[in-house]
Amino acid sequence: MKFYRIYALFLRHFYLIKSSFPRILDLIYWPTIQIILWGFISKFFTMHSEFYSNTTGVILSAAILYDFLFRSSISFNMLFLEEIWSRNFTNLFIAPLKISEIITGLTVTALIRTLIGVIPAVLLATPFFGVSLFNLGPSLVLLFLSLYFFGMTLGLLVVSGLLKYGPAFENVAWSSLFLLAPLGCIYYPISILPDWLQIIAKTLPLVYIFEEVRSILLNNVVNYSNIMIALTLNLIYFTSAVIIFYAAFNAARNRGTLVNIGE
Amino acid sequence: MINNLSKKYKNILAVNNLNFKINKGKIIGLLGPNGCGKSTTIGMMLGLIKPSQGSVMINGLNIENNRTEVLEKMNFISPYIELPKKLTIEENLKVYGRMYGVKNLKDKIEELIEKFNLVEFKNRKTGELSSGQKNRVSLAKALINDPEILLLDEPTTSLDPDVGDYVRSIIEDFASKKNATILLASHNMNEVERLCDEVMMMKRGQIIDKGISDDLIKKHGRKNLEEVFLKIARG
Repeated sequence: MKFYRIYALFLRHFYLIKSSFPRILDLIYWPTIQIILWGFISKFFTMHSEFYSNTTGVILSAAILYDFLFRSSISFNMLFLEEIWSRNFTNLFIAPLKISEIITGLTVTALIRTLIGVIPAVLLATPFFGVSLFNLGPSLVLLFLSLYFFGMTLGLLVVSGLLKYGPAFENVAWSSLFLLAPLGCIYYPISILPDWLQIIAKTLPLVYIFEEVRSILLNNVVNYSNIMIALTLNLIYFTSAVIIFYAAFNAARNRGTLVNIGE
Repeated sequence: MINNLSKKYKNILAVNNLNFKINKGKIIGLLGPNGCGKSTTIGMMLGLIKPSQGSVMINGLNIENNRTEVLEKMNFISPYIELPKKLTIEENLKVYGRMYGVKNLKDKIEELIEKFNLVEFKNRKTGELSSGQKNRVSLAKALINDPEILLLDEPTTSLDPDVGDYVRSIIEDFASKKNATILLASHNMNEVERLCDEVMMMKRGQIIDKGISDDLIKKHGRKNLEEVFLKIARG
């Protein structure tokens, strides 16, 4: 892998973002609205729910982390969709970029794009609702890492779908995470789910991440086994997604769809 | 060098056993009616389409196994692909210059912007340019890495005759100064006659004739290359 090619890919999206105030506003606007909305919901539950009575901010912390996951996944998809919409797709694939450089470039750029949106929202949570994600302690880094890789995994799967089915797959790009959210047990314990659904939910790293968030905030207990399971599952899913992306790229080359994917 | 190159989509044979070699420094015209397999051939030469059979060898390297190394030395322009519209001309050239690992990029960009008369527009977003200006920016991007092999798909479409002539001069100048190999797909027969050392005529996925323009005109008993094209396309 060559750094200058990854940097070029980053630069392409950096120029796009920096030149447009509405784009920057759009990146910040939605996470902020989400945090404000969930902040008030969280406050209400804290005052009226026995389960959350001992602590503040469990729901809001989960909302912030879920938004981070959502933004990272959407960012990855958006970077790829931008190339299709601008009909620049072919230019990229005739450039001497390796697939691994494309994945790395998009992954790094998606992180920066996500942080632009999420950091202001995270900072707002403290003065407005007295909630700080840093209450999660050092394990916060591992939780973020886990969520980020799951976001990239979903992004890679959606992009593979775009390569296979073309821009018609765009709608899935927007809805992919909503499908998994109920199973991710973001705002409620896994015990709420029916037994058979719990089996499916346990195959997702999200369950372990958000169970761990509740464990730390409600019981002050860090359960590293949850974190390790989440990271292991993420590693398996991310590796699989990379393989699927390579397969989708080769299939697109076979079908000749790389030439006119934007049309 | 193209060896036994074929591409089959389900039951359609888009390219059928092509064999040709382009010598370094030559400009070759690839002509043929729409749907004859030109774009598929170019797509395979760029590694965008996987051949069903055969190989594309560039400077002795098979593009299938050496995609990045080969693409570093190539570039392409087509009216069907565009540069990011929200980026300025200068930004687009910076992005692609870095992607191709161009040394002294600042100087190279200045040289290209000047060469293509884009100085006054360099900070303008590419999407705000006229189609002729966009075309010149695309050609500037195609020359950013001083490609040894340049594939041009209708490079002067949408240009007025004056600018079209200017762009052809730049292509001629680039080919002679850099000893670049160029494959030109065009429906503009005057352009092909002016620029190309040799011409290949394609029909139904095959090369059905090739040679120097004047020889082809004589061989087919026609007045010019356009009439040769029409004879082959309709025949």
